Amino acid sequence: MSRPVKQNFIRPTHIEGFPVGPQFTAGHLADTNAGWRTFRPVVNHDTCIYCLRCYLVCPDGTIFKDNGKIAVDYDYCKGCGVCAHECPKNAIEMVKEQL
Amino acid sequence: MSSANTLTRITPKNITDQEFFYGHKACAGCGGSLAVRLALKVLGERTYAAFPAGCMAAVGFIYPQMAFTNNAIITTFPGVASMASGIAVGAKALGIQNFKTVAFAGDGGTADIGLQALSGMIDRGDDVLYICYDNEAYMNTGIQKSGLTPFGTQTTTTPAGKNIHGSKTQKKNLFEIIAAHDIPYAATASIGYPQDYIDKVQKAAQVKGPAFIHVYASCPTGWGTPTETSVEIAKEAVDCGLFFLAEYENGDYRLTRNPKQFASVADYLKKQGRFKHLSDADIASIEAHRDHKWERMRRMWNHQ
Ligand SMILES: Cc1ncc(C[n+]2csc(CCOP(=O)(O)OP(=O)(O)O)c2C)c(N)n1
Ligand code: SF4
Ligand code: SF4
Ligand code: SF4
Ligand SMILES: [Mg+2]
Repeated sequence: MSRPVKQNFIRPTHIEGFPVGPQFTAGHLADTNAGWRTFRPVVNHDTCIYCLRCYLVCPDGTIFKDNGKIAVDYDYCKGCGVCAHECPKNAIEMVKEQL
Repeated sequence: MSSANTLTRITPKNITDQEFFYGHKACAGCGGSLAVRLALKVLGERTYAAFPAGCMAAVGFIYPQMAFTNNAIITTFPGVASMASGIAVGAKALGIQNFKTVAFAGDGGTADIGLQALSGMIDRGDDVLYICYDNEAYMNTGIQKSGLTPFGTQTTTTPAGKNIHGSKTQKKNLFEIIAAHDIPYAATASIGYPQDYIDKVQKAAQVKGPAFIHVYASCPTGWGTPTETSVEIAKEAVDCGLFFLAEYENGDYRLTRNPKQFASVADYLKKQGRFKHLSDADIASIEAHRDHKWERMRRMWNHQ
């Protein structure tokens, strides 16, 4: 897997259950960032020219290549809008999230 | 392993799909997190990364959320270069091969409190790539002025009032301070020119010994800019001449971008909350400082 995914985390009930020292498993995600988002980037695959600018500039790395198409990991996208703002074809629309 | 001149250039097309800085809690649109993300994608999985106290440490390691998928560690605020030196020589002593050590520190962690450790790391010739992501203030603790905060910036320790218009001091010449060590490779970059930044990280990674990159990295929270403009504003800083792109190699300075004409400084400043109090006279003095700096760089440094 090229990106980590959310894992179940069972909070220790006793101090002995916590990691000893400063080490912890790399890429262990116990939480998503989806709740931060007010607007969601939606890619229009008809106008997208697959230039990969959005992939390059996403601060969260949540845009990825999906068999020749641009895809977004909505678990971790924060809705910053950088991808849409930088897209040379206006192929990404920021759509208000519905609660 | 390919040698430096036969290196395949890393581009968005061929860069690894793997993400090494993921699920972090940086503010939406954080420029520093983009600088870390891209550099780690260039350096790859066999990289030890060290972060002093600062935003990237604060947002990357929130137990039990571990946003790095490579080896990564938090260090003391002044000590990232010492820690990275120790990692590099320690791993070598253990016989570990084919690895890279990188330190990522903020402007405060680099140009102020961490400068001594960085100077020592360069002096010893340790095999570490040091990347300073410059958001022009101590952001993690609430936007205090650092040695890289430019003249006129409003921060919480340099408020803009009637008599004093934000920071009274100019940005330190960090790149030249580092180059003055006769380091094998140093460069400046901006997340507004991401391919140029990737090229410089790739080049720096080939150096056996110390290398340094100063990357301009916007901070929507501390700068008062809309989150979607983070890459654009970091490009505009270069285009208006308030930041410059350069390299130092084999004892020579070189401007890697030499704009024929600068974009408007006022336009760049007025888009940001941290500069909105500036008067026309303040802006004129910022332009004069820019022109003086560029006159000297163009006279003394190589360029096209
Ligand atoms: C010795 C010491 N002094 C002060 C601090 C508090 N501190 C933690 S992060 C930080 C600011 C870091 O600023 P910078 O290096 O520019 O990184 P940024 O937060 O902007 O990414 C400060 C003052 C500390 N951790 N250790
Ligand atoms: S920036 Fe726009 S055109 Fe380019 S790949 Fe992304 S969505 Fe497609
Ligand atoms: S909105 Fe921001 S976080 Fe989400 S995919 Fe676009 S650039 Fe990445
Ligand atoms: S305060 Fe600025 S540097 Fe820190 S995480 Fe937020 S955007 Fe990034
Ligand atoms: Mg800073």
